[in-house]
Parts: sequence; structure tokens; C-alpha cells
Amino acid sequence: MATLYRKTLNWMDERFGAGSVEEFLRHKTVPVTRHILWYYLGGMTLFLFIIQVLTGILLLLYYRPTPNDAFESVQFVMTQVRFGWLIRSVHSWSANLMIFTAFLHMFSVYFLKAYRKPRELTWISGMLLFFIVLGFGFSGYLLPWNTLAFFATKVGTEMAGSVPGIGKWLLVFLRGGQEVTGATLTRFFGFHIAVLPGLATLLLAIHLFLVQKLGMSVPPSVERAVAEGRTSLRNMPFFPNFLLRDMIGWYAALGVLGGLAAIFPWELGTKADAFAAAPAGIRPEWYFLFTFQTLKYLPARILFLEGEFAGILGFSVGAVVWVMVPFLDRRIGFGRLTRVFTGLGVFVIGYIIVLSALALR
Amino acid sequence: MNLLLGSGVAASIISFIYPALRYIIPPPVAESASNFVAAAKVGELKNNNGKIFRFGSEPALLVRLADGSYRAFSAVCTHLSCTVQYRSDLREIWCACHNGLYNLEGRNVSGPPPRPLARYEVHIQGDDVVVTRAA
Repeated sequence: MATLYRKTLNWMDERFGAGSVEEFLRHKTVPVTRHILWYYLGGMTLFLFIIQVLTGILLLLYYRPTPNDAFESVQFVMTQVRFGWLIRSVHSWSANLMIFTAFLHMFSVYFLKAYRKPRELTWISGMLLFFIVLGFGFSGYLLPWNTLAFFATKVGTEMAGSVPGIGKWLLVFLRGGQEVTGATLTRFFGFHIAVLPGLATLLLAIHLFLVQKLGMSVPPSVERAVAEGRTSLRNMPFFPNFLLRDMIGWYAALGVLGGLAAIFPWELGTKADAFAAAPAGIRPEWYFLFTFQTLKYLPARILFLEGEFAGILGFSVGAVVWVMVPFLDRRIGFGRLTRVFTGLGVFVIGYIIVLSALALR
Repeated sequence: MNLLLGSGVAASIISFIYPALRYIIPPPVAESASNFVAAAKVGELKNNNGKIFRFGSEPALLVRLADGSYRAFSAVCTHLSCTVQYRSDLREIWCACHNGLYNLEGRNVSGPPPRPLARYEVHIQGDDVVVTRAA
């Protein structure tokens, strides 16, 4: 096996200088600190994204994106196609786990202050990827054309319609008309399988290039300890040491995915009816629960603004501040922690958890 | 020369982008011109009950009050456009999405809805309960 690997590498090296890739990988190192567990989350999110691409391609073999056929085609996959239930359930579970690990990755990077100079663009490209991941979740949710998805899309696109200036245009662009109809389904299908994957691939390439180029960030507390001579910084080769550990995590994730899909197959619900009332207990996917609950609490009017508009404005401003944190947290320097921004992160996590829990009551 | 060349390139790029931008916005679809619809048969709805029906391209709500009279409203919540329903236990109109409540005049009385529901006129014509949009 080792000989075959060496022979293949030599063959490629003669033609493309592939040995330099191996050399590059061997020189790349990962800092070994007590925070190392958090360093696996980016790779885990990427692994789950690959699972999404593979299971998504399999679902495409049967899925039909029209209001008359979408629900029935997913039902066909779930009940008639061999292992269709498994493929669809893995796709749904993996989507949710991917969003969960993306959340964890984002917050771990935030609290370890890995966004500080020179990694500002790594943070921004990561945040854009995070928004794309949420876009995948939102667009994919509608595709089975069930009642919950129909109303979630109605509410979500209506919120987009409240954006000042471009709201009306954005609403028609997203829905393919004034209402959520078959045109919306076709558009969301296009976003889900073409537009978002294209953007995600481009951003992922930029993100990974930056991670490779700049290396992995050392947390400020460790940096300070090293500077004060209290400890020395140990490193682990990325290839093969860190990658092999990564792969153990991915293998475990596969087991978890298979287990979840087998024990809790993803439900399909009832077919969407544009002329039925929104069912009681309706709520969006867990990652949008905090926005949903906030909108529930807001009164009809806040000062001179409609409550819904004020809420959306608040979330938009919050998102911009969050993305721009590397440029706002200017006092973060060598080994220094800035308490205001750590406090902001704790507040955001607390807000998301509390409001989501209230929505689930 | 540079200005001329630059303007030419910019104009050509705009001429490529403009059709694409126009393309992604769909043409307006003519709405149903009908200002009335038979929403239900007389006797179909029990007292203190409601029914969603199709009025043009939008859902609408017909309510039969406890005294047997009818009222009709747009069923599109003024908050975020979910479809509302009649709650016979509350004797009010309720939106399940964000817990908005309207009274039987269509006025928003609780929760996030910012405006009342549009109200329609109801007439009995033969066997039909006919709902009419105010002119």
C-alpha cells in the first residue's frame, strides 16, 4: 500500500510536482493547546457539507420541483425507493448537524478571537459561508412542499420584503411573483442546487486558502503564556496527525448520522395547501426560532416603526456588527482580551438559547 | 482616449447585466377581475364556525357568528402574511404563526399584527353565501 502510494506520488511528481503538495501538507502544523477540540469543527462542517452534496445528488434522481409533484416525489423516495428513506433522512439530519457545527465553529472562532489580524478576511469569508448555509436550510426546507415549509417560506420571504428600499424587489425576486406559488418552488430549487452550491464552492475555496496561507490561530491566552515564558507552544503536523484525528471524528459523525436517520427518520408532514389556515403550533427550523420568537413578542408599533420592521432592522444591524467584529474589536492585540466583545458574544449565545427555548415551550 | 474606452466597456457591461436583472423579475400576472365569489352554500357552516375560501389569488375567511349572521375578511394576516383562522373557543380570528388576534370586526386586538384585516361584504343569493369586495 505504502509502495503504491509512493509510486503514485512519484508518477505525479514527475509531471506536476505533486511532491510539493505533500511537502506543503507536512510543513503545515496545528497548535496543540487545551482549546484544540474547537479546531476540528471547521473540518466537521466541511465533511457534513460533502455528505449534503452526495445525498443531494442522490435525491435529485427522483425529486420533481413542481407544486403538483414535489410532495409526491419525496413521498415516493421515502416509501418506494430502496433506502430512499435513509438517503432523505441523512440529508435532513446532516443539514441540521452541519448548521449546528457551523454555529459552534463560528462561536469558537469568536471567543478564541481567531478573527484578529491577520485573519479578518478568513472571518468574513466564514461568515458569508454561514449565511449561505442558512440559505441552504431555508431554500431546502420548502422543497418537499409541505404545510410547515409553505408557511415558513411565506413568513421568511415576507420578512425579506420588509428590507428598506429593495424589499419589494427582493420579495418578488425570491417568490417569483407576489405570492408563494409553484414559481417560488422552482426558484428555491434553483437556489438550492445551483446558485448556493456555486457561491459556497467559491467562498469555501477562498476560506480554505486563507486558512492554509495564514495557518491556525493561537488563542490570545496561550500566546500571552508563551510570551511570558510560562509555557512553550507545541505543534502537531497537519498531515497526517491532525487529518487522521479529523477523520476519526468524521467516521463517528457518519455513525451518528446513520443512527439518527434510522431511529428518527425525517417526517414529511402534510402537503401544502395555499388556501388552508396556518396550523396551530407552527414554527420554523430550530436555527430560526430566536428570530421567530422575537417577532412574536414585538408589539405592532415601536415608536414610529412597525414592530416587524423594527425587528428585522435590529437583526440586520446586529448581523452587520457581527460580521465587522474584526474591524470593531480594535483593542485586541497581542494576547489581550477585549471584554466588551466577549460580553457581546455571551449575550448573543444567551439570547439565541433563551428565545429558542421560549419558542419551544 | 482612456475615458472613451472605459465608458464603452462600462456601457457594454451594463448592456449585458441589465437584461439579466430584468429577466429575474417575473412579469406581473393579471389578477382575477372577479369582485365576488360564492364562498359557501347556505347551511354549510354551523353557527360559531369559520371557513377559508379562495378569493381571486388570495385566501379569505368566512365566519358564521353565534347568532347565525355572516362576516368575511381577507385571511392574509397583516403581520407576515400567514393565513388566519376562526377560533370558535375564543370567538376571534387567530393567526397561528405569531399569535396575532383580530376581533370579529377584523380589528387587530392583540399580538404583532399592525393593521386590521380587509373586510368584505356578505350576501345570500339563493343557495349561496356570496362574498363581495367593496368597490
